[in-house]
Amino acid sequence: MSQSSQIINDMSIQFATVNGSGSQSANNIITKGIFRMGIPVGPKNLFPSNIQGLPTWYTIRVSKDGYRARKKELDWVVCMNPDTLVEDVNSVQPGGVVVYNTDILPKGYTPTRKDVIYYPVPFTSLARDKVKDVKLRKMLVNVLYVGVLTELLSLDLEVIKGVIKDTFASKPKAIDANVEALEAGINYAKENLKKQDNYRLEKMDENKGLFLSDGNQLAALGSVMGGCTVCAWYPITPSSSLCESFIAFTEKHRQDGKGTKNVGIIQAEDELASLGMVLGAGWAGARAMTATSGPGVSLMGEFAGLAYFAEIPAVIFDVQRMGPSTGLPTRTCQADILQAVTLSHGDKRHPIIIPGGAEEAYEFARISFDVAEQLQQLVFVMLDLDLGMNIWNCQQLPYPTDGFKRGKVLTAEQLEKTKDWGRYKDVDGDGVCYRTLPGTDHARAAYFTRGTGHTEYATYSEKPEDWQKNIERLNKKWTTALKYVPKPVVDDKGHKVGIIAYGTTDLCMRESRDQMKREHNLDADYLRIRSVPFHDEVKAFFEKHDRVYVIDQNRDGQMEQLLRMNYTEGRITDKIRSVRHYNGMPLDARTVTDAILSFEKGNAR
Amino acid sequence: MSADTPTPAAEPTNRSGFVKNAYEGLPSTLCSGCGHDSITRHIISGYWELGVNPHFVAKLSGIGCSSKTPAYFLREAHGFNTVHGRMPSVAAGAKLANNKLHLIGVSGDGDTASIGMGQFVHMVRRNLEIVYIVENNGVYGLTKGQFSATADIGSVLKKGEVNELPDIDVCTMAIQLGCNYVARSFSGDAKQMVPLMKGAISHNGTAMLDVVSPCVTFNNHEGSTRSFTAVKANDVPLHDLGFHPYFQTPEVELKPGEEREVELPDGSVIRMKKLAADYDPTDRMRAIATIAEAKAKGQLLTGLLYVNTKQNKPMVEHLKLTGTPLHALGEKECLIPQDAFEKIQNRWR
Repeated sequence: MSQSSQIINDMSIQFATVNGSGSQSANNIITKGIFRMGIPVGPKNLFPSNIQGLPTWYTIRVSKDGYRARKKELDWVVCMNPDTLVEDVNSVQPGGVVVYNTDILPKGYTPTRKDVIYYPVPFTSLARDKVKDVKLRKMLVNVLYVGVLTELLSLDLEVIKGVIKDTFASKPKAIDANVEALEAGINYAKENLKKQDNYRLEKMDENKGLFLSDGNQLAALGSVMGGCTVCAWYPITPSSSLCESFIAFTEKHRQDGKGTKNVGIIQAEDELASLGMVLGAGWAGARAMTATSGPGVSLMGEFAGLAYFAEIPAVIFDVQRMGPSTGLPTRTCQADILQAVTLSHGDKRHPIIIPGGAEEAYEFARISFDVAEQLQQLVFVMLDLDLGMNIWNCQQLPYPTDGFKRGKVLTAEQLEKTKDWGRYKDVDGDGVCYRTLPGTDHARAAYFTRGTGHTEYATYSEKPEDWQKNIERLNKKWTTALKYVPKPVVDDKGHKVGIIAYGTTDLCMRESRDQMKREHNLDADYLRIRSVPFHDEVKAFFEKHDRVYVIDQNRDGQMEQLLRMNYTEGRITDKIRSVRHYNGMPLDARTVTDAILSFEKGNAR
Repeated sequence: MSADTPTPAAEPTNRSGFVKNAYEGLPSTLCSGCGHDSITRHIISGYWELGVNPHFVAKLSGIGCSSKTPAYFLREAHGFNTVHGRMPSVAAGAKLANNKLHLIGVSGDGDTASIGMGQFVHMVRRNLEIVYIVENNGVYGLTKGQFSATADIGSVLKKGEVNELPDIDVCTMAIQLGCNYVARSFSGDAKQMVPLMKGAISHNGTAMLDVVSPCVTFNNHEGSTRSFTAVKANDVPLHDLGFHPYFQTPEVELKPGEEREVELPDGSVIRMKKLAADYDPTDRMRAIATIAEAKAKGQLLTGLLYVNTKQNKPMVEHLKLTGTPLHALGEKECLIPQDAFEKIQNRWR
């Protein structure tokens, strides 16, 4: 291979393994190794809804240009799963590389593609020879491929060793075993494999100030820093690790040293009870949250209506997944958008906040409690499986200096000075009224909380005019919410074409816009929605552009529908072009580019 | 107590300085003669006589006739009419937010034994600190007279429909689930219910009172096993009850052989005077058997069915919550210190 044809720091690698086989730790070592070499890296775990025995894939995107989204085309594949081996070999794009375990080839099968490069390695027998501990053998076979790749791709050995050391810091024996396996893999490659491909990794300096974490963990950290003191939850993929991380952080940082806790956490009997507890806590003045996914949100429907009408602050993290029941709970999508905004009976709308990446998973979790308390409303923070469970690059998080914004709560002293307090009286004209908390030691503090049927003074009323006035006041909060929810991020250079996206779609948007420019000379402006209700910037964006592509990771174009509900004028709706992705995979730039360019080239209907 | 509470000179106050009016509520909108209204009176008596500061009470309910009643007592306490069958979770959340709150939850037989069975069970399992009252009439009143799951087998509806399914006995269930204060009473028996109510208020953990409360409109006819006539005929009190709060020592010495005593965590004492047979309410297995034996005879046993003050770890203690109400915690208590915050991020590099 000539120097010039070398491909440096630009590739995708996919590891095909069996879940429960310990490959996760090997894949993390490679990811972190590349990260510590200063090379932009974006990993995605594509895993089944199963504990052990089903196929799982882990892809790593490496890009000197800083593209961290999944790449649709595979350059390298490491085949460790006999059940999917044939499919995996075929998944590599022409010119790609296949590393495969020769000990697990299906009977009668030998890889015969002529357009790829093969590195056959007898991983199973190598593990048998090199890993003495039988119990560890199954795990460490994966570290053998870390070694092989370290050699083939020139990963920095000292960096990889450092990652292993940090990963197993609490288990020194595991460090030695992993390093031995790593070296066995390297040695095998040195002695038996001749470098035939032109891919190589080289140190860069692109990861300064960054760290790697998943959105669930960061949302949990944001909840801690946002002053959340009550968490009630029910386990559901892909949200469980959010509450588990919250538990872990609070175990460490919300204890007084004697075991007493500055936090109350309950694993509830179901999602109905989790939201019930969150509402009870919110009613009594605590910052409370639950985390769940679509099916859990459905179960919370009844309480969500009560939250709206009884005006109780609450935060729900919805880590969106593909749908109900068994099947695809481990696949990502943005298909709960409409459900979240319109959840429950009656005239109601809930503000939703949509983080587009790691920093925002933290930051929006943190501010969601301010939003909920200031509005006295249920607020959704919409993550998805891709953000919640995959590893993202995150900028150093600033230490919060703004205090908690607790909203309109009257203390006994304030109440004493307020002669004419009514729980549902709109004194400030923003639809948000003053509340008191149970346990306020004042004769006039108490009020009776109901769903519907109350006057401004919280007395029971079935009078039509009382009720109409009340739901009209509640409607004001939708406008007031704009003061508190994050504005869209707009990149508008005055081009004719605009793109609107939200959430995790952002990860592939820079790459996609570069592709459109390169392949079709298309300059597109970009607006990223970060909340519903929509700020004026969204309307202005429509007004300034000839056509606007709205990208949804769901079948029905749910954000598109919300935009159409919001902007009914034909001069706006006529501009909308809907791009929808809904196969469960994290979105990639190629899919977006192809969809938009096919419209632009006039191929679309 | 608060200085704001109006205290007209002539009106007597309790030990917390409140007049009885602070424990009253709005006029009832239930049917005239409803058993639930009597229960409301007993609730008022219990809190008033014990001198509980109503400002620190939160009264919650689900949905149904029973669940309307929190509006009719303790006007100076925050109230929350939640959703059907799911009051326990809201109550648990309120307690998490403010562990200084005293909770009373009013539920019905539909609210507890059908739609709310799951939450009832888990509330007991968690041992939430709450006085949980089931106003039990065996029928759905607010939807006009369908059977509930506590209706006795063979009981007849107004329109003639006969209940063929076995009843769910909420007391037996609560005891099996580990509830440490389980009592059954009759709405018409103030003498029995007020001491039971006071015992429940003094108990630290879930205290369940199943109060049989005839529905005068839909379940008070011949053939109903929950009519006033049927309940009065079959009511078998286990004991005569007296309650002696910790701030008042009993005037008369305990008579061994005739009387038993249970001391509650705050030092209050429930004194039980033997009636037909001696009954030991601290024997869990015996309690379950006694209820079953009485039921087989068509009797409705009332009184303190089971109490356990010795092995009782309520929710707040179990969760090791700090003494300060969580809602009052600010930035100082909540934020991870800056150096630790940075350390967390460094770990992820």
